Amino acid sequence: MAIIETQEITKIYRLGDIKVSALSGVSLTIGKGEFVAVMGPSGSGKSTFMNILGCLDKPTDGKYLLEKIDIGNLERDELAGIRNKKIGFIFQGFNLLPRTSAIENVELPMLYDGISVKDRRQRAMAALKSVGLEGREDHHPNQLSGGQQQRVAIARALVNDAPIILADEPTGNLDSKTSAEIMVLFVKLNTESKITIILVTHENDIAAYSRRTIKFLDGSIVSDEKKVKI
Amino acid sequence: MINLPSTFRISFRALRVNKMRSALTMLGIIIGVGAVIAMLAVGTGASKKIADQISSMGSNLIMILPGATTAGGVRMGSGTQPTLTMADAEAIRKECPAVQDVAPVLSGVAQVVYGHQNWSTGIVGTYPSMLIVRDWALATGRSFTDQDVKSATKVCLLGQTVVDNLFGDTDPVGQFIRIKNVPFTVTGVLAQKGQSAQGQDQDDTILIPVTTAQKKLFGTSFPGMVRIIMVKAKSTEDLAPAEKQINELLKQRHHIGPKQDNDFTVRNLTQVMQTREESTKVMTLLLGAIASVSLLVGGIGIMNIMLVSVTERTREIGIRMAIGAKTWDIRLQFIIEALTLSLIGGVAGIIFGISGSELISTLAGWTTIISPLSILLAFGFSGMVGIFFGFYPAYKASLLDPIEALRYE
Repeated sequence: MAIIETQEITKIYRLGDIKVSALSGVSLTIGKGEFVAVMGPSGSGKSTFMNILGCLDKPTDGKYLLEKIDIGNLERDELAGIRNKKIGFIFQGFNLLPRTSAIENVELPMLYDGISVKDRRQRAMAALKSVGLEGREDHHPNQLSGGQQQRVAIARALVNDAPIILADEPTGNLDSKTSAEIMVLFVKLNTESKITIILVTHENDIAAYSRRTIKFLDGSIVSDEKKVKI
Repeated sequence: MINLPSTFRISFRALRVNKMRSALTMLGIIIGVGAVIAMLAVGTGASKKIADQISSMGSNLIMILPGATTAGGVRMGSGTQPTLTMADAEAIRKECPAVQDVAPVLSGVAQVVYGHQNWSTGIVGTYPSMLIVRDWALATGRSFTDQDVKSATKVCLLGQTVVDNLFGDTDPVGQFIRIKNVPFTVTGVLAQKGQSAQGQDQDDTILIPVTTAQKKLFGTSFPGMVRIIMVKAKSTEDLAPAEKQINELLKQRHHIGPKQDNDFTVRNLTQVMQTREESTKVMTLLLGAIASVSLLVGGIGIMNIMLVSVTERTREIGIRMAIGAKTWDIRLQFIIEALTLSLIGGVAGIIFGISGSELISTLAGWTTIISPLSILLAFGFSGMVGIFFGFYPAYKASLLDPIEALRYE
């Protein structure tokens, strides 16, 4: 059952008169509940691809179906709605709102979904609990460690029950011990909650947590390996 | 879907982060709103003062003064020749349809004695109709009557200042006073009127029947002559017709040809005062308009700060967009932030304006009146300034590309 399907996606940037091709015909299907690692050197087009998967950008050509919805036909605000309900973003730099408590950061996606104050608080507490941050709800990002901040970001990604999590080098700013903890959390979310996870990484030991590895080079997929279940 | 209380909370927090900056931005609005309220208070106060003077003078009042003597080609001042008579007054009452009532005045200054006290004051011989012409009420007692005028009774009505000076706490009604050694019975006390437009104490006066004044106090060589005739027109619209009718009637009665100068002057006091009132209103508007300019400048200050804020918070905007904020979520956030700035500034400005106008009235001794309308106006205006000047920065923020915004350092 495909949750994400791309057909011959190309992306061309115009820099003045020069056309730069970032993606040239990427076709890919990701099934529900998969855990995919996307790898490749910088400039290989993986970030562009992730932006398109995250509905932050539209392909120049080709088709992108997310849960059978053709993203190419949607307006700006409709895309925002998809990002709100279908996708949880996790960034390398955490991207939490500064001077805003952990719980309020987690509540943010629900704010744009018109959920009542009471439900917001309840669901945000549950999400923080599920990432092991109980008792830290009133801490501000600058009072939390990197690992804790990333956990807040994960709680934020989970809180609207999004079926997909897109993580862009989520462990890039963390030490190896914390990285391992975060990856264990991802694995747990994938196996227990059946959340589809797509994560970009440079490191093989991070990619090792996934069950499928896709490698990009010069705007195309060069390898797509599924791990055999041991 | 937009959640206003949460959006307000977000704005509040954003403003608290930059306390100094927010306070300085608000200062523009505070000064603007304060200035509008204080200026309108000064203007309204001035208008009210003039309106009070008009009503204390008596509304729709016309005064007829005797004309100037011309002796051997030398023209003397107005009022030097007694040309007006009681008969003129009666004729005006009967023949001018625009006139409601008439009161002739024969006046002079005299020493008044009650018990051990004495006081020098203006004695006005007139008709009971004086009370109507000048919209003058009685504080206590009763007025003298037309019958008293016919029979030249020695009765009088006292102004409040005279009562204060002669009687103190004693009730003057029914007491005897002596004016130029002639005994008079006090029948009533006039209600207080305060100062006239010229600063005279209108309560320092005694009213007596005009005939009594002629026969007992100010006997002149011109019997039946009066100093002034006061006329009340039926309404404000009747002022001009009444003036014209009086002019024609008196020309006819005084046998004045088309090329001769009038031997009397008709003065429409109400009109003069109303012109003053009008110009005060224009002045109020002008003051308000000038003050509004500072409110406008305050608004530009808000826009400036909001633009800076949008740039500074590009990354935050990117995060919000990635998480699912729609165009209007972002727009409203910044508009409400600007609105919060201007409304808090507005409230502070109202306080500033009220205390400012109190200060003006204390220091300069001017009457200032703060109307609820001017507060509402200034507050509403500051809100509009917030929305108007907040819109462009908010619009700019909502158009950001989420990818670029997320990358912004």
